[in-house]
Amino acid sequence: MLIEVQSLNVHYGNKKVLENINLSVSSGEIVTIVGPNGSGKTTLFKAIIGSAPITSGKIIMSPSVKVGYVPQVLNVDRSLPLTAERFLSLVNNRNDQGLLRAKQILGSEDYLSTQISSLSGGQLQRVLLARALLNDPDVLLLDEATRGLDQPGSAEFYKKIEEVRESSGCAVLMISHDLHVVMSASNRVICLNGHICCQGKPQSVASSPEYRDLFGSNIDGTFALYQHNHKENKNRISHSNA
Amino acid sequence: MLDDFMVRATLAGVGVSLAAAPLGCFVVWRRMAYFGEATAHAALLGISLSLMFEFSVFAGALFVSVIMATAVTIGQGRSLFLDTLLGVAGHSCMALGLIIVSFISGVRIELMAYLIGDILAVSKTDVLLIWFGLGLVLLLLIWRWSALLLCTLNEDLAAASGLYPKRENFVLTIALAVVVAVGIKVVGVLLIISLLIIPAASSRSLGSTPEKMAIFASLIGALSAILGFNASYVFDTPTGPSIVCVASLIFLFTLTFSLLKEHFHPRIKIK
Repeated sequence: MLIEVQSLNVHYGNKKVLENINLSVSSGEIVTIVGPNGSGKTTLFKAIIGSAPITSGKIIMSPSVKVGYVPQVLNVDRSLPLTAERFLSLVNNRNDQGLLRAKQILGSEDYLSTQISSLSGGQLQRVLLARALLNDPDVLLLDEATRGLDQPGSAEFYKKIEEVRESSGCAVLMISHDLHVVMSASNRVICLNGHICCQGKPQSVASSPEYRDLFGSNIDGTFALYQHNHKENKNRISHSNA
Repeated sequence: MLDDFMVRATLAGVGVSLAAAPLGCFVVWRRMAYFGEATAHAALLGISLSLMFEFSVFAGALFVSVIMATAVTIGQGRSLFLDTLLGVAGHSCMALGLIIVSFISGVRIELMAYLIGDILAVSKTDVLLIWFGLGLVLLLLIWRWSALLLCTLNEDLAAASGLYPKRENFVLTIALAVVVAVGIKVVGVLLIISLLIIPAASSRSLGSTPEKMAIFASLIGALSAILGFNASYVFDTPTGPSIVCVASLIFLFTLTFSLLKEHFHPRIKIK
C-alpha cells in the first residue's frame, strides 16, 4: 500500500470540507477521483501532500514513497524571470531514470528556454508532468491535469500517463472532470462529495444511484453535468446540456 | 580608514543596499510590498522602547519587527486577509511608538533621524553591525534559495517536494526584519521599503533568470547608495532620500530602455 487515508476529516472553521474519508492506493493502479465543484477533491490532494491542515484522521505514507505532483494551475508572476529549464532544475532529488522519463514527455526541447509565463497550455502541462517525473515517483498525483487542453490534447495527455504507468509501474491518483476518459482509463473510481459517495470499478460506479445523482444519467455520452448541485438534483429538476 | 565619516557612510549605504536588493526580489515576486512596509513601520515601536529603556536600537527594531510579522502571519484567517491585519498591527505599533517617544524628553528632534535615516552619524559599531546583518541575510538567502523559489512559485509543489512553506516564509520574515533593523541608520523606517523594491523592479528587464535579476538588483542598489551619497554631499540634501531618488532615476532609465527595446525589437511568438 502506497497511500492509506484513514477516517480523514478536514474542517475549515465550521465548514466540513471532508468527512470520514477512507481510501488507499496500491502500486501500479490508476485511481480517479470525480466529484462536483467544491466537493473537496483538491483539499484531499492537499491533505495528502501535507499542505492542508488535517482536523482528524490519519494519512499513512512511508517516507520512502516518492511523490510526483502536478498542480491544477501554475501562476507564475510576470515579475519573476524563470525559464522552463530552470524550473525543471528546481527538483532536488531527481535521478537518471526520472530524467529519461521526463525527456520522453517533453519531446522537442526547443521551448525549454522560454519563460514559464509565456508557454502555451499544452507546453506548460508537459513541463509540469515532466517535472513530476524527475524523481521517478512511486505515485503520481494529478490535479485536473488536463485543464485548459482541448479534447485531442487531453486524450494525448492520458495516453502519456498510461505509457508512464506501464513503463515505470507507478501508481496514479488523479482528479478529473473528463468522465468519459476516466471510465476507460481507471482501475478504480472514487466519487467524492464531501464524503465518499461510492467507489469501485468504473462500471459499477457508473451504474450506482449515488453517481447518477451527482452527474446525471446521460454519463455515457460525451457530455457530463456538474454545474448543478446536490440539492437541485434531489428536487428532480431536469437538466439540459445547453 | 573607518575613522573617515565619508568612508563609514559609504560602507553603511552599500552594505544595506546589498542586503536589501536580493531580498527585495522576493518581495516583488511574492507581492509582499505592503508586508515589508508594515514591518518597517512597526519597527518604530522597537526604536522607541530601546530609547526609553536605553538598549540597542538595532535589537529593539529587530525584535518588534519579527514579533509583528510572525503574529500577523499566524493570525491571518479566512475573514481578515493578511494585508488588513498588517495595516492594523503595523500602524498600531507605529502609533504606539510615536506616543512613547513623546514621553522621552529631547528625543523628538532626533525622531526624524529614525524616520529617514542619518547616514553621516553612523559609528564604527554601526558599520560592523550592518555588514554582519548583510552577511546573515545573504547566507540565509543562498542557503534557502531553491526552496524559497519553489515556495514562491507554488506552495503545493513545494509541500509535495517535502518542503515546509511556512518555515521558508519565516526565513524571509527574519531576513526582512534584519534588513529593516540595519537600514534604520541609513534610510530610516519610512524609506527602507524603497531600497527593497526599487532595485528589484529596475532589474526585472535586465535578468533572464531569478539569479541574474538578484545580482543586477544588488549592483543597482550599491550604485544608488554611492551616487546618492555623493549627490547629497554636493547638493547638501538629506542622504537617505537622495539615495532613494537616485534609485528611482535608475528605475526610470531601465524602464525606458526596456520599453524602447520592446518597441523596436518586439518579441516574436513562435507557434
